Amino acid sequence: MGKLFEKFPDPLARLIIVFLALVAVGATVYFGIIPKPVKDARIQWADAVKREKARPVKYAGFHVCQECHGEITNKKKAGYHKDLSCETCHGPAKAHTEDPDKTKPVIPTARTFCPQCHAYNPSRPRGFPQINPVAHNPLKPCTSCHNPHDPKPPTTPKECSACHGEIARTKAVSHHVQLECTDCHQAPQQHKVAPRSVKPSKPQTREFCGKCHGKDARDKLAKSAPKVDMAEHGEKYVCWQCHYPHSPEVEQ
Amino acid sequence: MNGRRTFLRGFLSVLLSGGAIGGILKILPSKAEAREAPPKGQKWFGFGVSVDKCIGCARCMDACKNENNVPREPFFVRTWVERYITRKNGQTTVRAIAPGDEAASETASDKTILRSFFVPKLCNQCASPACVQVCPVGATFQTADGVVLVNEKTCIGCRYCIQACPYGARYLHPVSHTADKCTFCYHRISQGLLPACVEVCPTQARIFGDLNAAASPLSRFLRMNKIHTLKPGLNTEPKVYYANLDGEVR
Repeated sequence: MGKLFEKFPDPLARLIIVFLALVAVGATVYFGIIPKPVKDARIQWADAVKREKARPVKYAGFHVCQECHGEITNKKKAGYHKDLSCETCHGPAKAHTEDPDKTKPVIPTARTFCPQCHAYNPSRPRGFPQINPVAHNPLKPCTSCHNPHDPKPPTTPKECSACHGEIARTKAVSHHVQLECTDCHQAPQQHKVAPRSVKPSKPQTREFCGKCHGKDARDKLAKSAPKVDMAEHGEKYVCWQCHYPHSPEVEQ
Repeated sequence: MNGRRTFLRGFLSVLLSGGAIGGILKILPSKAEAREAPPKGQKWFGFGVSVDKCIGCARCMDACKNENNVPREPFFVRTWVERYITRKNGQTTVRAIAPGDEAASETASDKTILRSFFVPKLCNQCASPACVQVCPVGATFQTADGVVLVNEKTCIGCRYCIQACPYGARYLHPVSHTADKCTFCYHRISQGLLPACVEVCPTQARIFGDLNAAASPLSRFLRMNKIHTLKPGLNTEPKVYYANLDGEVR
């Protein structure tokens, strides 16, 4: 080793000594002083996962409530709100499940609460029950007529407009104002119970519209209806595939 | 002549050994690689959104803020709902709704509107996440079950990931000054609970589950619907699947 150093010129030998010292210091710092989690990202990630898992849960989950509130859960299960979790309206309830007397979930009673879902909004899916909160029994709390655990209108609606308000309003200012919904649609009773599972019928034949709009229509409402030659007009299409029957277009 | 040669030799050896030390010490943290779905039996979490069921009630946004201590200001969100309005002239406007928004009744009689609908959004938990690639300190990473998390202890708040996310799913937490995002409610799903937004969704527009499970609401959702993901061309391989998605939605 000494001989090897003699071969190097003096300045370089010193440089090597300094360099080796630096390496030694670096190695002690890296292997001795810096803790392992700082060097290995995987340890950091495992820690982060552990921290993330340890966060407190605030929503207890839909199956917990029925252990104590069985009766009300069963009632809800049979109604239109069957798919709703209790905590959708009553808010986070984990604290309530741990100490039922200390913390009580909220019971929303404000008239502004139900309209969060049920106020009319044209972007909502068609047929979703919606009301106009300004015109719908002003100042009356929703719960004075509706039971939120089994929400039903005070009387079973005979009118389709209870759910299909947008269509009803459109039709009311159209040339079809005199037609009842049931003139064209047959809604099975089950449609009122489970609206999406059973849908009302639509006219399936061209002749149906032709009763009023055919060239030689004899229906009593047909007098003023615009007439077309059913043999030539529209060919293979059912009328409502081109015309919107709830607001039929008017030729200028 | 000799002096210069010696100096050069010495200088070169210092340079080389310096590089070697750097290599040994691995100064930069190792980068996380995008992972393939693990084999059957292991969890690989995904999410389904049924667009035509969303009523825009914002219960999900509210529940998310309750569950995850997200700041109450409307700007900070882990999940949000967008309202799309497409007009007859082809123009589309998008606005994120806020809980307690007054229903825009003026649009009811607006005959220039062709169609309008709500789209719930959240972190797509990409299988090949751009945010993980850009993080300079390895603070954001993908767990074994496919959820992208942020390690708030090492996050330096540089916002690269917020810029990189093509879905705008991240924000800088105003208190901790670290990046924050949807975790699929990791603390809940690791206990077998549903994410808070799925828990409270009144119309089942949100579906959560294990993509590797043969029977789950999510598997059925994927089997029964025509599925689209957001910005598929970016190859981020999102794991939030949309049914009945409009072409205008990005």
